[in-house]
Amino acid sequence: MSYLRGFYLLTITAAVLPLIFPDNYYVTVVGVTAALHAILAVSLNLLMGYAGQISLGHAGFFGIGAYASAILTTRYGWNPWPAILAGLGLTAVVAFTLARPILRLKGHYLAMATLGLGIIINIVLVQAGKFTGGPDGLGGIPSLSLFGWSVDSDLRWYIVIVSVLLVVVWLALNIINSRSGRALRALHGSEVAAEMMGINTTATKTGVFVLAALIASLAGSLFAYQQAFVSPDSFSFFFSIELVTMVVLGGMASTYGAIIGAIILTFLPELLVVFEDYEVMIFGAILMLMMIFLPQGLFVGLQHLLRRLTRDRRTAIDAAEAGESGRGAA
Amino acid sequence: MPSEPLLKIAGLTSHYGPIQALHGISLEVNAGELVAIVGANGAGKTTLLLTLSGVQRASGGSVHFGGNDITRSATHKIVQSGICHVPEGRQVFAPLGVEDNLKLGGYCFRSDRVGLEQELEKIYQLFPILKERRKQPAGTLSGGQQQMLAIGRALLGRPRLLLLDEPSMGLAPLLVEEIFRVVRELNDSGVTILLVEQNANAALGIADRGYVLETGKVILTANADELLANEAVRKAYLGH
Repeated sequence: MSYLRGFYLLTITAAVLPLIFPDNYYVTVVGVTAALHAILAVSLNLLMGYAGQISLGHAGFFGIGAYASAILTTRYGWNPWPAILAGLGLTAVVAFTLARPILRLKGHYLAMATLGLGIIINIVLVQAGKFTGGPDGLGGIPSLSLFGWSVDSDLRWYIVIVSVLLVVVWLALNIINSRSGRALRALHGSEVAAEMMGINTTATKTGVFVLAALIASLAGSLFAYQQAFVSPDSFSFFFSIELVTMVVLGGMASTYGAIIGAIILTFLPELLVVFEDYEVMIFGAILMLMMIFLPQGLFVGLQHLLRRLTRDRRTAIDAAEAGESGRGAA
Repeated sequence: MPSEPLLKIAGLTSHYGPIQALHGISLEVNAGELVAIVGANGAGKTTLLLTLSGVQRASGGSVHFGGNDITRSATHKIVQSGICHVPEGRQVFAPLGVEDNLKLGGYCFRSDRVGLEQELEKIYQLFPILKERRKQPAGTLSGGQQQMLAIGRALLGRPRLLLLDEPSMGLAPLLVEEIFRVVRELNDSGVTILLVEQNANAALGIADRGYVLETGKVILTANADELLANEAVRKAYLGH
């Protein structure tokens, strides 16, 4: 399948990097954070980039997953794996219940409602101190282990989280190129026209909202086990905004764009540390410049640029393709 | 003529807020017919089609399709029952490719991939230009090509009744002729069609029967050639 070509490239890159740099801080530490962010950005992009439904509360579902795992393992002595499932179950219930009323809204109103949702989840995490540890957070979360293979080193976490990322990317690519994916993209264009195709828009929107929330919840659980500590700060509305920025920066409606957005927003602050006091200023300036010169996002914008540069070659290829299309529809 | 019409509308009314757009419309379409609805701007032609599709809610009256009451059904259910709508202004999904647009038309046929490919091939035979452009974003097509795409997309829904809203809108005269020829051909091949048009001459020229709509009411109905010959209709809608 041609749409999986990029996926193979991503898999190979992800596999080769730790072989070349096994103990490199940027690969196994920052890289893991970037991969975790990429999981979240890819899931948000399904909802936002493809279906056109903005969410400013994605960090909330990330938080539900993280806290469900943290609380169940530390306070009730659960094994980490069923705790992940419990987190997913809770997320599904919350997302499904809220999807119907929230997704009736459009544009700014949808943004406001999801923003409210994210803030409410965060308030619950801070206020329900008896369970969540309040603003101080919860520590002593056990690590994952798989058939006796304990995930206890940076490199092992890299393997786990990058593998989950690859599965999520593969899932996203397949959804987008399926019948349901076409329905999502149609929804983005015009809900009325999508209805006229026989698409149940309410069910489709609910479906993608719940799916995005479930992926975020899974990422949250992994984050809790990896950090061994959670606090409400990691799931604030600022982080939701950061996720939206990753999607927009990389390029809406592009899975690879979301990954690249996540990588840039994770690595840039690390690399800009050398500028000390001016770090945040330079960070902001870079983001602004990127959006001014590549408003469609870095990945999508560069793709277009590349296509324009190679247009002469492309027209030749198109002509050749048109010539061979006599064989029948693909 | 069969005793039970495929589509039976009785006393249908519809409102946009406090404004009433349809004032008790009654009409019938029999299986196999090509029925034209003509009328001036604002007569309620588009509202009527939107109400049939369930996009616009009916405030009174009833719509029966194939014997079932679909007056209050959800749009996607109505499409599944076999009414496919080619909306005014075409409404193709601009960023999506031509083929993706067409496949969306067959959305209701979940697991029938072979059928989808066959139907797709039929559309490409009907509109060869769409095959040439099948990977191109629909938004980059010309108006006439977009109209062909919109019709092709609706046909992939395997309609028992095809609703066409102003297919000639914004097209050059030659293209209008081409589109109307295709509409006639589709009807000859067995598709029942309800056609809404401001271009009364062209519409009545290919239709079996016609209804004249004015301010949300049916003011006249007859066979198409009788309407074309009718003095009042000629004065009001045909411009001579």
